[in-house]
Formats: sequence, structure tokens, C-alpha cells
Amino acid sequence: MIDFSPTDYEAMALSARVAFSATLASIPFGFAAAYLLVFVRLPGKALLNGLISLPLVLPPVVVGYLLLLSLGSHSWLGGLLSEMGIRIIFTWKAAVIASMVVGFPLLVRSICIGMEEIDKRLIQASRTLGARWYDTLLTVILPLSGRAIIAGATLMFARSLGEFGATIVLAGNIPGVTQTIPLAIFDYTSTPGGDRMALGLCLVSIVLALSVLLFNEGLIKRFRRSNRP
Amino acid sequence: MNLEVCLEKRLGDFSFASEFSLQCRRVGVFGPSGSGKSTLMHMLAGLLRPDRGHIRLDGETLFDAASGVHRSSQRRRIGVVFQHAHLFPHLGVRRNLLYGYKRLPRSERKIDPETLVDVLNLGSLLDRRVTTLSGGERQRVALGRTVLSCPRLILMDEPLNGLDEGLKYQIIPYLKKVFAEFDIPLLFISHSLNEMRLMTDQVLELANGRLHAQSCAHDLALRRMGNNATGYANMFELRDPRPRNGLFGYRWGEQELLLTAEGDGLYELSSREITLFKRHPEAISARNLLHCRVMNLRKAGNRLAVELDCGGRQLVSQVVEDAAQDLGLEPGVEVFAAIKASGFRKLY
Repeated sequence: MIDFSPTDYEAMALSARVAFSATLASIPFGFAAAYLLVFVRLPGKALLNGLISLPLVLPPVVVGYLLLLSLGSHSWLGGLLSEMGIRIIFTWKAAVIASMVVGFPLLVRSICIGMEEIDKRLIQASRTLGARWYDTLLTVILPLSGRAIIAGATLMFARSLGEFGATIVLAGNIPGVTQTIPLAIFDYTSTPGGDRMALGLCLVSIVLALSVLLFNEGLIKRFRRSNRP
Repeated sequence: MNLEVCLEKRLGDFSFASEFSLQCRRVGVFGPSGSGKSTLMHMLAGLLRPDRGHIRLDGETLFDAASGVHRSSQRRRIGVVFQHAHLFPHLGVRRNLLYGYKRLPRSERKIDPETLVDVLNLGSLLDRRVTTLSGGERQRVALGRTVLSCPRLILMDEPLNGLDEGLKYQIIPYLKKVFAEFDIPLLFISHSLNEMRLMTDQVLELANGRLHAQSCAHDLALRRMGNNATGYANMFELRDPRPRNGLFGYRWGEQELLLTAEGDGLYELSSREITLFKRHPEAISARNLLHCRVMNLRKAGNRLAVELDCGGRQLVSQVVEDAAQDLGLEPGVEVFAAIKASGFRKLY
């Protein structure tokens, strides 16, 4: 059995906390963005789609650096936040934000695919039965997107567990504060004799990722059972 | 119901432009696919915005391009029963049925769900999932769901299209019962003549996005007899069969019809199955010989539709022109119509 140090355990707990928070906080926004992209007629929809997907194709370091510029104390937003007494940079919140931005496209794309599969005539049916748009959204679109939301959230959670580039730029690599599993592995690999510990953390990563996948499969199966027996 | 419609819409290569007004409560929209039936339905329901024109229902403007009025679907109170039911797959039968009902203000809830469940015979289905229903059951639930939203008008878009022949005629009595019981005006879209005859009093005939004719379903069927291989379908509502030497006798006006089939219901008899005689034939194999008077002759393709009066009841036979000459057919002439006992087909 590998002897993990307290900071390793902290890294594991932090990774889980960051990934959970980032995923949970993103779901409402992801759902809203997917709804806009799939159901609402918008001018410049292609541009919006491009902006949302951009973090998927940009190097995470670039995303992290841009976030650092816009949230740093010299920026307008960062200034506003620090006046309100909120510090984001180099705290675990920064890791959450980095994960949110980087994982967001995966979540939105997943939900979009699910929403596109919804028969548009079901939406027409609900409207002719007297449901307003928000009513249709909550009683038809949301339940029928459930599977896609779970699938997207799983992808995003997994992506957040592995987030490295944007996190190290925005949150730094502070053991016990912002050091997640990937950052800890990075530290071990650059320390002589750290191979064993790095491998141990890799194993933890694999176990975590696998359990997320299994959990996701289970949820989807249950969802399918309750929706179409 | 008073529905005034004047609409224009371009959709790619297809253009729709029609104007009509309706006072009747059971109206059919008839036409081949691509004739604009669905376009019309979507515009009436508010699911498709017309380019020009207006829609007025009972004096209320639902759409007017000139003044920019476009009532949204959910505020039109026009119910739609779609071709493939479109029940919500994530809800059970009960919650599907009540979907529109729950969204009505209490004062507008004029139909009691329990009565409807009885009329449509849905009691045993209420706790089922919609994915386990058969095609006919789905359509009944879809109809119930729409009726319970207490609409001012129900549009039915080929609701029987996906069902096989036998099932179709099992649903029709439910449809008739619902519309008779709850007295809701109906616009019934279909390309089936029989459905038109059974469900509607007046028919709008569409072709290529234009209103081709506005007539009653009987007239439409007579006019189309020429291009219909099975001829004109005479329909008989027959009850109380009495055994007659291995056959079954039914009262039809002042006469009795002998059929091989037993059971109350609606029977269909093709105009082809009726043979006309100038004088009373001494003995024939057909078991029904009716004394009738010719009311009217109508050309339909290379045949003639002969409208007959049999003691107050109408019957339509068909003959070719040579036969009409030999028989000396003209309005007022008396003839004998022979019908085989096995010529009748039970619809439901």
C-alpha cells in the first residue's frame, strides 16, 4: 500500500471538491446555453456556438492566462471583486472557475445533442395544450434532456478531474490550497524519487475516473428505466 | 363555430393561398399529400406564421398580418390531435391526459376528466406508461388530452393514418361519441373519403395549396367515384339482426336487407355491388331486390353514378353509359336494384 502524505489526501479531496463544484455550478448555465442554441432563434448563433466551444480547442494554458488577465486585481472585474472582498486568484475557487470554463463546451455539446433529439412536435403539442415557453421548458424539454445532462455532467466532471493547464495558471500549485491530483502528480514527477508516489496518484486518478463512468452508466440506465420501460 | 380564414404562405417551392369561411361544426379538409392540409393546420394552430392574411374565430382575430396580430399557440385555445399522437414519453397516461387541463384556469375547466375517461374507455389505461400503449390506445389518449384542454376548436391531422384498417374503424365510434358528447367544433384533416363521410358534414378540398371546392362529403365522394377503384361507398347503420334462413335480416327504412354478416354496426356497400334491372326479374341469386326510383345521374369518369331513392333512403349505384341507355335511366324512372347478401362489408 502506498503511503500518501497528508497533502496528497488534501489533493484528492480538493480534486473531488473542485470537480463537483464546477460541474454542479455549470449545469444550469449549460442547460440555458444549450436551450438557446437549439430552440431559440438568435442572430449570430454561430458566433455564440463558437465562443462556447472555444475553450475546447484553445490550449488550456491560454484559457487560464486570459482568465488571469480578466480576474486579476488590475482588471475591471478583478478590481470590482476585490472591492467586495472576494479574492479568486490562487484560491480553490480559481480552480473551480478554470474547470468550469474548460469543461463547459463538453457539457453544452452533450446537452445540445440530447435536445436536438427531442421531437419538436412534442413541444408543439405542449404549446397547443396551453403551456407557455418556460412551462414547456420545465415540463417537456428538461425531463427529456435528463440523460443528456447526466452524460454531459459526467464528461465535464472527468474533464475537471484532469484539469491542469488553466488551473496552474489561474490557481497556482499551492499544496493544500489549490493543488489538485494532476498538479500533485506533476510535482512528484519533477522531484527525484517521486515516481512511486506519482504512480500511486495515477492509480487514484484511474479509480476515480472509472467510478465516475460506472456511476454515469448506472444513472443513465435508471433514467431509461423510468422513462421507457 | 364561425371561422374566417384568408391566408397566404410560401414555403420553398410550395405556396399556400386560400380563403374560406365556415359556419359548420364538423368540417373536413381533404386533399392528397402535399396539397397544403398540414400547412393550413399549422397556421390555424399558430405553429406556423402566415405571410399574409387573417384568421378570425368566433369574431376574435387570431392572426392579422395587416395589424400585426399573431396570437401564440398557447393562447389560441385551438386543440390539435397530431397524426402520431405525440404523447409525452416521460409522463404516464394520466399525466398526459391532464397536461392541458391543469393549465386551464378553474373557470374554464368545462369538461370533467372522469366523464371523458368513461367516454373514451380509458379507465384501465390510466396508470400505464404511454410507451406500452398500442397505436389505437395512443390516439385515444391523445384525443382525450386535447379534449380536456377544453379548446374552442379541435384540429385533427390525419389521426387515423398510422392505424390499420380494422383499428381505424374501432376508433371512429369514440371520435363520434366525443364530439357529440362535448360539442366541440372539429376540423378533420384526411385523405380518406370514408373518414370524411363519417366525421364531417362539410369538406374543403385542397389541391396544390389552393381551395379547390367546398361541398358536403357525400358530393365529394360522388365526384371522386370515377377515380376510385372501389366506387362509391354506401353506408348503412344497421341494428337488431333477425335470423332469416341462415342469413340475417335488418330493417332499413321501410324495407328489409338480408346480409350474410351478423351484428349491429356500420356496413359499407360499394356502388359496384348494386346491379340494376329495368323490370322485376323473376328469380335472381342476389338476395336483396329493392324497388327504387332514379333521382339523379352524375358523370364520374367513364361511368355514371346513379342516385336512387329506395322508400326514402338513398342508395348510389354505378353503371357504364351503354348500360344507362339500355336501362333508359333518367330521373324519375323506376328500377330494381339487386344486392348480394355478401356484398356488405362491416366497418365497425
